[in-house]
Amino acid sequence: MTTIQPTISPASKETRKVITAALKYIPLLFLLFFFTFPLLFMIASSFKGSNQQIFADLRSFRAFLPVGDVSLDNFKFVFENSNFPRYLLNSVIISAITILLSIIINSLAAYALSRLKWPGQKLILAIIIATLIIPGQATLMPLLLLVANLPSISFAEGLTITKGWLDTYHVMIVPFVASAFSIFLFYQFFLELPKDLDEAAMVDGATRFQIFYKIIVPISGPVFATVAILTFIASWNTFLWPIMTIQSDELRPVMVGLQFFFQQNVQWGQVMAYSTLITIPVLLFFFIFQNAFVKSIATTGIKG
Amino acid sequence: MATAQLTKSATSPMEKQEKSDLVYGLSMGSPAFLLLLIFLIGPFFAGFWFSFTNQRLISANPTEFVGARNYLRLVRMGVLPLEPLIDESTGQLQRDEQGQLVYERSRTYTRDEEKYPQYAGLTEWFTLDLGPTRYVVLAADPIFMRSLVNNFFFAIVVIPLQTAIGLLLALVVTQKLRGENFFRTMYFAPVVTSMVVVATVWRYLYDVNNGLVNAMIQAASFGLIQPVNWLGDPGVAMWAIIIMSVWQGAGFQMMLFVAGLQQIPEERYEAASIDGANAWQKFLYITLPGLRNVMVFNFIIITIAAFQLFDQVLVMTNGGPDNATSTVVFHMFKNGFREQDIAYASTIAVVFFLIILFINYLQRRVTKTGETV
Repeated sequence: MTTIQPTISPASKETRKVITAALKYIPLLFLLFFFTFPLLFMIASSFKGSNQQIFADLRSFRAFLPVGDVSLDNFKFVFENSNFPRYLLNSVIISAITILLSIIINSLAAYALSRLKWPGQKLILAIIIATLIIPGQATLMPLLLLVANLPSISFAEGLTITKGWLDTYHVMIVPFVASAFSIFLFYQFFLELPKDLDEAAMVDGATRFQIFYKIIVPISGPVFATVAILTFIASWNTFLWPIMTIQSDELRPVMVGLQFFFQQNVQWGQVMAYSTLITIPVLLFFFIFQNAFVKSIATTGIKG
Repeated sequence: MATAQLTKSATSPMEKQEKSDLVYGLSMGSPAFLLLLIFLIGPFFAGFWFSFTNQRLISANPTEFVGARNYLRLVRMGVLPLEPLIDESTGQLQRDEQGQLVYERSRTYTRDEEKYPQYAGLTEWFTLDLGPTRYVVLAADPIFMRSLVNNFFFAIVVIPLQTAIGLLLALVVTQKLRGENFFRTMYFAPVVTSMVVVATVWRYLYDVNNGLVNAMIQAASFGLIQPVNWLGDPGVAMWAIIIMSVWQGAGFQMMLFVAGLQQIPEERYEAASIDGANAWQKFLYITLPGLRNVMVFNFIIITIAAFQLFDQVLVMTNGGPDNATSTVVFHMFKNGFREQDIAYASTIAVVFFLIILFINYLQRRVTKTGETV
């Protein structure tokens, strides 16, 4: 590649350079196709009217392009004939509250574990690290039994206490707010911050809470973004737990709602429209926070 | 304990500092600690307890302690040797139309509790012919055994494959070309997409008659390769799930490798160039050793994820065909949720946890010894 024949003129040398650069993009483009074709297909098909059209387009590159009899009918159907707006609202509420609570309590816990010294701290840290290895599904059944028996307080008609968390919003939020992995990510990040930060502030008479939200939080953007992204992905995409705990349609999150389209005579255009609609929020969320995410995952991944 | 003793012997201002830190530490940490205790550690130990009982999700009868019964129901196995049947009139070995030897059915033994109590409650898992004797391997829960084997198969294929593709992706997006950020984001897109959505779309791509995957394979091979029944053929279904899972997950490994590549000092490559090393040698002697920690981290997380295989199975195959894609977690879900048998599902969870613990221990040992060599 690099040996240049003496006979080559400067102009062709230039062309050659361009060609070499272009060649480097071939693997990138090939991989781009491989990693995006199902998503392209999903989006393209969401605009197509009939199953026949989608099937017919599969024989060519039309499968990836919104061509032919294209309309927004599928999206209209999803909004008008399914409970999608309600599911969307539910998922937004659940995810927003989970993220908010999660970044607050996990960062506080990580701060207490990484930058304070108190008896029992090491033991609690060790326990939290140990729980990282417990696979989520291993505790699923006992957790189900637990939430089915926890008391629920409601203020609908005065104060009423009922047994069981099943079929509520909080059953999809509270059990997943505290996360050993999130604490671990915050912990790793806080550990790297210089110790003098806290000490200088202590001399000035600041309390630990003040140090935390005035000094530590403002400089920890990347790790907050990372935990927010990971919590959002997990919360938005959760599927099995709501299937197990939610009965009423008004409380269902978006992922579970997909099942609605798998009754008789599956209309693939509608399935794809629904799938596109519930995928866009996570993709957007990731695009917005991705730089911070990459930066922070870098520091954790290497040390882990 | 050790910390508490240290505080006593420490100087008084330090002691004061630590005491006030205890108040702050507990007040800041307790919300998370308590929630973890209630919703993670509590259920984890409750699961251990349930695995020794007959706990059900909803039951009129009180829960009873049943000892190791659930574990026996899960892992008990047996081997039944069968001799080929002999034709009584000729005294020769009986053969069927295809010329194969004929054996008694294992059911005659497993269903006869009086005569063969040792085989009671077991079902045929698979058979093994050694010489004329056929050994029938019996298991109390052959679907669990099948699921376990499926999980191991999935892990053994996916761990190296996903690591390699993740590394490849990381290498192509760190060549300092224009637009790399765009490519990186696009390769990562499947990771943030819900597995349920991904599995729904792929279920369609894999369709035997109209599926895009078959259409592409046929186009690429000019019609030489016959359409594959991706999700309906027991021999292929697990591969279909593997391809889709690697497609979905590799972007995450890429991100970790990209981070790892950025940590390798540029000077090492420059020094190697001066010494006349070629690209392959640089990769082998600088890049790979430099990525060691990331590699270990990747191995561990892919392994854990591989054993948690579930969503794809539920959406794409429902464990079929013929349990070819059933996994430990899927089996647990089936028993715990569909059958409401919490005790048995907890038993599966305990065994599942022990397996993960063991693999994790092995990986840590292997990577530790690698360090000292």
